[in-house]
Amino acid sequence: MAFLDILRLEKSFGAHRVVKDFNLNIEKGEFISFLGPSGCGKTTVLRMVAGFETPTSGAICIDGRDVSGLAANRRNIGMVFQAYALFPNLTVEQNVGFGLRIKGEGKADIRTRVGEMLEMVGLPNLGERYPFQLSGGQQQRVALARALAIRPQVLLLDEPLSALDAKIRTSLREEIRRIQRELGITTIFVTHDQEEALSMSDRVVVMHQGIADQVGTPFEIYNRPATRFVAQFVGTLNLLDASLLDAAAGRVGLGDLPVALNRKLPGRAGDRVSLALRPETVALGRKGEGSVVLPGHIAEVHFLGSVIRIRVAVAGQFVSLDTFNQPDRPPPSVGTPVEVSISDRDLLVLAA
Amino acid sequence: MTERRLWSWLAVVLGGLYFLLPLVGMVDFSMRMQRDGYSFEAYRVVLADPQFQQTFGYSVVLALLTIVLGILIVVPTAYFVRLRFPGLRPIVEFLTLLPLVIPPIVIVFGYIRIYNTSSVLPLTGSWWGTNLLLLFGYATLSLPYMYRSVDTGLRTIDIGSLTEAAQSLGAGWARILAVVILPNVFVSILSGAFLTFAIVIGEYVFAALLNVGSFGPYMVWMGGNRAYEPSALAVVAFAITWACMGLIQLFTRFSKFSTVRR
Repeated sequence: MAFLDILRLEKSFGAHRVVKDFNLNIEKGEFISFLGPSGCGKTTVLRMVAGFETPTSGAICIDGRDVSGLAANRRNIGMVFQAYALFPNLTVEQNVGFGLRIKGEGKADIRTRVGEMLEMVGLPNLGERYPFQLSGGQQQRVALARALAIRPQVLLLDEPLSALDAKIRTSLREEIRRIQRELGITTIFVTHDQEEALSMSDRVVVMHQGIADQVGTPFEIYNRPATRFVAQFVGTLNLLDASLLDAAAGRVGLGDLPVALNRKLPGRAGDRVSLALRPETVALGRKGEGSVVLPGHIAEVHFLGSVIRIRVAVAGQFVSLDTFNQPDRPPPSVGTPVEVSISDRDLLVLAA
Repeated sequence: MTERRLWSWLAVVLGGLYFLLPLVGMVDFSMRMQRDGYSFEAYRVVLADPQFQQTFGYSVVLALLTIVLGILIVVPTAYFVRLRFPGLRPIVEFLTLLPLVIPPIVIVFGYIRIYNTSSVLPLTGSWWGTNLLLLFGYATLSLPYMYRSVDTGLRTIDIGSLTEAAQSLGAGWARILAVVILPNVFVSILSGAFLTFAIVIGEYVFAALLNVGSFGPYMVWMGGNRAYEPSALAVVAFAITWACMGLIQLFTRFSKFSTVRR
């Protein structure tokens, strides 16, 4: 049994099933991200763990104890909201100490703990300010300090970085991860931003239409997507329509072009499949052994600074590839005939 | 000055005169009690009248009690309607507007009919009962103003997130209402409270028909029996109302964590 067990969780709003048979075991101290598009049910699962929504069926166990029937204020779970949710009438110190006052801790203890927490989030001198006197990033740090001050069993973060600008978002996500590691607190982080999920988490849960499509480390999720949705949602992906020519020999047809993958493929000859490949696994020119070489011509060139994204027309479809910018080598011009190489190991075959 | 600007000014001046001239006339008349010139004699007589002090004091106490009762009824109602039953909002809004649609005389006749001395609950038969009835009646009269003020205040804060944040930190409903919601809609409550105060202080129909010696009936009695004092009294009543309005502005502007400055 793990520290936080979510077992066969279901949630329906009327006839609409928002969460379907959701199962997850989270170890103590683990940082888990729920990643998915809007309406996929990730926030609903988080709110059920927090106690703000009642599951239609299933159980949520923390440290071996079923908390499904417990009110939110009795679960000892810290939560950080997208909209900060700081109490506007209280100062930063009073906000951070709010939960401790409810617990009935002594004034001196509260002052010490609040000081520690503000120190930890890097705002030791702003205790006297009101939330409206702080920037968005500072408000979210205070919200984090407030959630952690009560020494919660689990920390829940509901898209805490979405309302912040890009630079602060990056620095704050590093800080959240540092604090989480320091305290060793079990954390669930909800986001629709794949970069956040991949860079911060021990494991990522990719959610789609109320179901956990795949649970795995960021490396697994990115490199070995289990479903077409995961492959498309996480990272940029080239999807090419193909047909299976010989499943046993691992041969597929890309238009009129036969492609040998040299491994056994599921399905039967004639089945429609999709070939999935990341832009960074495709290279211009002919590479060594084990590469699939496809002829085509340059269709588009996008200069992105350090990286140049090139779209190559291959067998009536398009393949995007990334190359690093080299000041002494300008990118090829549109219309130039080229060959692209792909390692057959990097080519994923997904059901169409 | 362009022609259009001239017309604008003319409209403002005419409007101003329409509202101000009667007030100027009233103030002027109230200060002519002594024949040899302007004086505050009428004000002195009114303010020194023990009946004024008694009725005014009574109405002030009743207004304060009405405000407390109004807050106790309206704040939790408006809060839970917004938080849990947003679909009920149009119905609750309609209900709170009813006191503006149904004349007070209808309400008070209803009260007298239902709570008379030969009824199951003979509230009009005792001093306490009558006062209680008056208090409930005033709370009803103030409902449209109180509800609207509080509801507007609740709209300016994210009550859903604040409630959940407080819950996750261990707070129960009573503490959430008292420590999180109430202080954040305090300015709005004050607006409703001052409006309630102004209404209750001058209310006549309820007080007269329930035969209670409050400030409203006193003003009417004074108007029927004296010459200069009623004008002085009207000026005093206006001053109270304006002071209430001024206080609303003052609290809204200088509230420490006001939403106006956020």
